[in-house]
Amino acid sequence: MSLEVLQPGLMSLLQDRGRFGRQRIGLTTGGPLDPEAHALCNRLLGNDGNATVVEVSFGGLVVKATEDTLLCVTGAPMPLRINDQPRDMWRVHRVAAGDEIALDFAESGCRAYLGVAGGLRVPPRFGSTATVPREKLGGLNGGKLQPGDVLPCAAVSSGTLRYLPRSYWPHYARDITLRVIPGYQQAHFSRLQQRRFFSHAYTVGERCDRMGYRLEGPAIECDIEGILSEGICFGAIQIPADGQPIVLLNDRQTIGGYPKIGAALSLDVARLAQLTPGGRVHFAAITPHAAHNALHLADHRLRNLPLPEYRV
Amino acid sequence: MELHQAGECAVMLYLGTTTSPDISARVQAAATAVERALGEHLVDLVPSYASLLIIYDPLATDHYAVAERVRQAVAGLDTTGETDSREICLPVYYDPETGADLEGLAERAGLSIQEVIALHSETEYRVYAIGFAPGFAYLGQVDERIAAPRLATPRQRVPRGAVAIADRQTAVYPAESPGGWNLIGRCPTRMFDPDAEPAMPVAVGDRVRFEPISRARFLELGGELS
Repeated sequence: MSLEVLQPGLMSLLQDRGRFGRQRIGLTTGGPLDPEAHALCNRLLGNDGNATVVEVSFGGLVVKATEDTLLCVTGAPMPLRINDQPRDMWRVHRVAAGDEIALDFAESGCRAYLGVAGGLRVPPRFGSTATVPREKLGGLNGGKLQPGDVLPCAAVSSGTLRYLPRSYWPHYARDITLRVIPGYQQAHFSRLQQRRFFSHAYTVGERCDRMGYRLEGPAIECDIEGILSEGICFGAIQIPADGQPIVLLNDRQTIGGYPKIGAALSLDVARLAQLTPGGRVHFAAITPHAAHNALHLADHRLRNLPLPEYRV
Repeated sequence: MELHQAGECAVMLYLGTTTSPDISARVQAAATAVERALGEHLVDLVPSYASLLIIYDPLATDHYAVAERVRQAVAGLDTTGETDSREICLPVYYDPETGADLEGLAERAGLSIQEVIALHSETEYRVYAIGFAPGFAYLGQVDERIAAPRLATPRQRVPRGAVAIADRQTAVYPAESPGGWNLIGRCPTRMFDPDAEPAMPVAVGDRVRFEPISRARFLELGGELS
């Protein structure tokens, strides 16, 4: 039983929650750029939260089921068709052997998650199936899906069909606010520079990928050019010599020597990763305490979303 | 020692501000102590030259509790003297054939190629950090006489196993990649092999020595010249 890739789209990668505990040998975490959509895809399907799904960036994925299964697509709105019939995202669908599942290009946002009941069955590398193309690690062979790839999964003929009511579907705005915990290196950024950073809008530049999103706007000056290389946490905002901030994402290098003005909240970084070049970003400072509360609230919300059953 | 909040689920512990074997040994000792103190709340640890990034599960604990436990764990730490670290020997075929920058580096340093090789292989290095790419170990400190700045234009392709110098650091490229370090030789030992256990022959804190080998020995050990 499997899904066969007919068209891989621009960039489709297999992702579980990510590869943790291996940064000591230089392995980054990978994992879904939008963890909320990834988690909901698996929850709707009744899967383990770490089950492997396809992260589809921008769209254009076409797969064919070789046996019966349940399938669900969450995340950025990429019109979903099963055998050329429009189908809702955020809803578990029964598919039969031979059915063709197609995702068009995103109408807003740019990352969607296609999962099947039981998850895709690929062997983990270093404890995870997360694909990190830069490291040539994870997924089927360390890279993006290719035409003809076969994604193994279990045959499933029965199961609960669930959906997320439309009023709960996320909205992928083109203008977002990133909550930022100001960094411990902020002493290297004058009060004026910090004020500049937090009071201007920045634009997502052309150089945005799974490693980091480069933002363009008023240059931020820093009184040092570099620091002794140190670990970089998820969401860290580096300020290189040209003063244009880079928000570091899932496939970032594990250590680096650029000064950091702060670290963005993961919940907001997920929204940033849904932006394409031209998207607008504002920064707002928050305390570690407020960040902690926000994470708990989001976790609570996610676990308590109503996912009603439907019958066909 | 300084401890700072680095993000929503990370704290940064500084054990010094410079590159030295003592500070590196402290980072090592702190990593072991923090691992024990945080137990299952710990998600990942990133040791580097003088710091330790500690990543925790923010839904299972919070930054106050983590900071408190980290402080306690490192307060009683014996940070004097060298911890017992492993010594690893890496064979290197030093030659202009494998080290495109060997002649230039010798010329700039006013040394013969033999002297450069001697200075590089007679120093004991320490693994200060691993990063940049899987298995890329930063080794220091290179003798000042053969320290060399990064190339103005990085190479598009540096082969796997290339032994290189940048400033007072040296490294063996774990995989083919672009790179701007000065190439002086080639090591037949795989620095990162996802199918091996462990995947890397070295870890942060290990001591490393380079042993000059002949072309024939290099090939015998599985080295590749392409």
